[in-house]
Amino acid sequence: MNDKVIGKLKILADAAKYDVSCSSSGGKRKNDNKGLGNAEGMGICHSYTEDGRCVSLLKILLTNFCIYDCAYCVTRKSNDVQRTAFTVQEVVDLTINFYRRNYIEGLFLSSGIFKNADYTMERLVRVAKKLRQEEKFNGYIHLKTIPGASDELIKEAGLYADRLSVNIELPSEQSLQSLAPEKNYSEILLPMGSIKDQLVQAKEESKLFKATPKFAPAGQSTQLIVGATAESDRQILQLSDQLYKGYNLKRVYYSGYVPVSTDSRLSIITEPPIIRENRIYQADWLMRFYGFDVKEIVDEANPNLDLDIDPKLGWALRNRHFFPVEINTADYEMILRVPGIGVKSAKKIISARRFAPLHFDHLRQMGVVLKRAKYFITCQTKSLQRQDFDSEQLRRRILFGEGSVRSALLTQQLDLFQRAG
Amino acid sequence: MYFYTYDGSFEGLLTVVFEAYERKAWPTAIEPEQLAQPSMFGETVRVMTDEGKANRVWLGLKKRLSVSALESLYYTYLWEQSGFERLIFDYARLVFDSPESVEGNYTAPFILQVQQIQKQVHREKHRMEAFVRFQKTADGLYYASISPDFNVLPLIVRHFEKRYADQRWAIYDTSRRDGVYYDLRATNFVRLENPGVTPRQQGKLNTDQYDENETRYQMLWQVYFDHVNIPERKNPKLHLRHIPKRYWKYLSEKQPRLQ
Repeated sequence: MNDKVIGKLKILADAAKYDVSCSSSGGKRKNDNKGLGNAEGMGICHSYTEDGRCVSLLKILLTNFCIYDCAYCVTRKSNDVQRTAFTVQEVVDLTINFYRRNYIEGLFLSSGIFKNADYTMERLVRVAKKLRQEEKFNGYIHLKTIPGASDELIKEAGLYADRLSVNIELPSEQSLQSLAPEKNYSEILLPMGSIKDQLVQAKEESKLFKATPKFAPAGQSTQLIVGATAESDRQILQLSDQLYKGYNLKRVYYSGYVPVSTDSRLSIITEPPIIRENRIYQADWLMRFYGFDVKEIVDEANPNLDLDIDPKLGWALRNRHFFPVEINTADYEMILRVPGIGVKSAKKIISARRFAPLHFDHLRQMGVVLKRAKYFITCQTKSLQRQDFDSEQLRRRILFGEGSVRSALLTQQLDLFQRAG
Repeated sequence: MYFYTYDGSFEGLLTVVFEAYERKAWPTAIEPEQLAQPSMFGETVRVMTDEGKANRVWLGLKKRLSVSALESLYYTYLWEQSGFERLIFDYARLVFDSPESVEGNYTAPFILQVQQIQKQVHREKHRMEAFVRFQKTADGLYYASISPDFNVLPLIVRHFEKRYADQRWAIYDTSRRDGVYYDLRATNFVRLENPGVTPRQQGKLNTDQYDENETRYQMLWQVYFDHVNIPERKNPKLHLRHIPKRYWKYLSEKQPRLQ
């Protein structure tokens, strides 16, 4: 048994796991060279960790040697952990052999920074290049872009990778300066902007010339840490909104801070803010798929998301004048705004009501969850509920009334608070 | 009362639809021949599969339905749960007898049910694409066995063909005793009467049939799985919702740790 690689894998998987992205979708790489792998369709989660996260990619660092000392990072220079590095060939072998056994969709390669940005980036690119050119690998590759790396290297990375990402790390420039003194926003936004320009350019060219080489077909994403610093949800979501609009990001990932450090620069927390992270993701979804503007989700009066209820319900409770919504006549956009009704249910409703007026029984049979929705809709002007509750009463009824149980996650977290208290 | 029997094939079932329309004799029940009980009452119609008739029914459906609705009907056939023949028949009859398209009319029970079955079968298909774990044998074959809740083997072949174009692989359904084998040129269905593996072994090859590196990579995968986990975020309920226990038998990361 080759113990060396096993030992390295332990350390370098451990160090990479706080990067939350595991998406393997959006690639358009077909297997048309009779090679290995295919990344055209949707992503696949091949397994799930015991914390319930999707395992889709082999997510590792090339090395955890690092010249930086970012307070929130387990790999920071001053942290006393064992250091190691994979060779390019070791990463290639692991990727190929895991892929051939259907363990993974591909590789997510990141790295601590050794020597300097270009030196590190060059190695990441070399892994991707070898996989594509020597192994004819068409699976998914996500490369982390090292801030400060040269434009040429980033451009080359985009030729081999399906997705590129630069982590924005923290929700404000100020926090970044205090926790990661060697980093700054402009150094992070620069490569992000350059990737965006490349993506736009590649798209334009592909309209003109069929054989334009692909550039990161699954786009770019970023990640920021939630709960290590004092920003409100409003600040976080406004930043995401700017990143989506200004940099065409495919995804912003939010990583609830797991205390990996006792550095005095950090907020003192004992548990990762899992519920808060979840609420922020829900809000992010509302912005991307439900037509919500960030201002509708958080504002000056409500700078933080309600931990007890999802942000869509929160919005509905603050905006009762839009409700009840008549299922048989309302626009798709408005049905989508009903708490408890998601994209699939909304589409089914629109489809079915062309044939017959819908009753509540139809909705139930179609699998529409009425627990929350029933307070906000009518079917042929009939409602299942008296509509005269005020918002506070409604909130309580939905949270505690009628045998409704709080989410297991919330109960779990509350238990932890009690234990801690 | 008319009891129809057929040979269990999809074409056979479509032939039943043809025959029923031909006779204007609507089935009380449709069953595969080998399962059918002789009935004291009513008439039993033994339908012989006829490709021409089946094709005419299929083309008729094709004219009136989208590709995804046709797919749902085929998925319902692969669903294999009791009553699926009747459901397909009722759906087809609704399609043929309605002057306008019935697709998306989820207020009609058959349409909704077929849509829900489609979802179930699709989910199982997706799970097999995710949870299949190939083991490499000494002669270079990547082998996996499955026993899915529904007969999704025909549905996953395309996916694996596209993905593993440069390696020989085989997937064997232990409960239906059906397999597929890709030999670098084409994929063929094979029915193995005496496969090297018995269903009881739950898809594991004997380790003496392994490629010399197989155990090493299984072990590396276990190591990776253990180290990508964040213990501070442990959430067993969520974990089980994503991978229900009945799928663990496929997963090398859920087996005892290799040394």
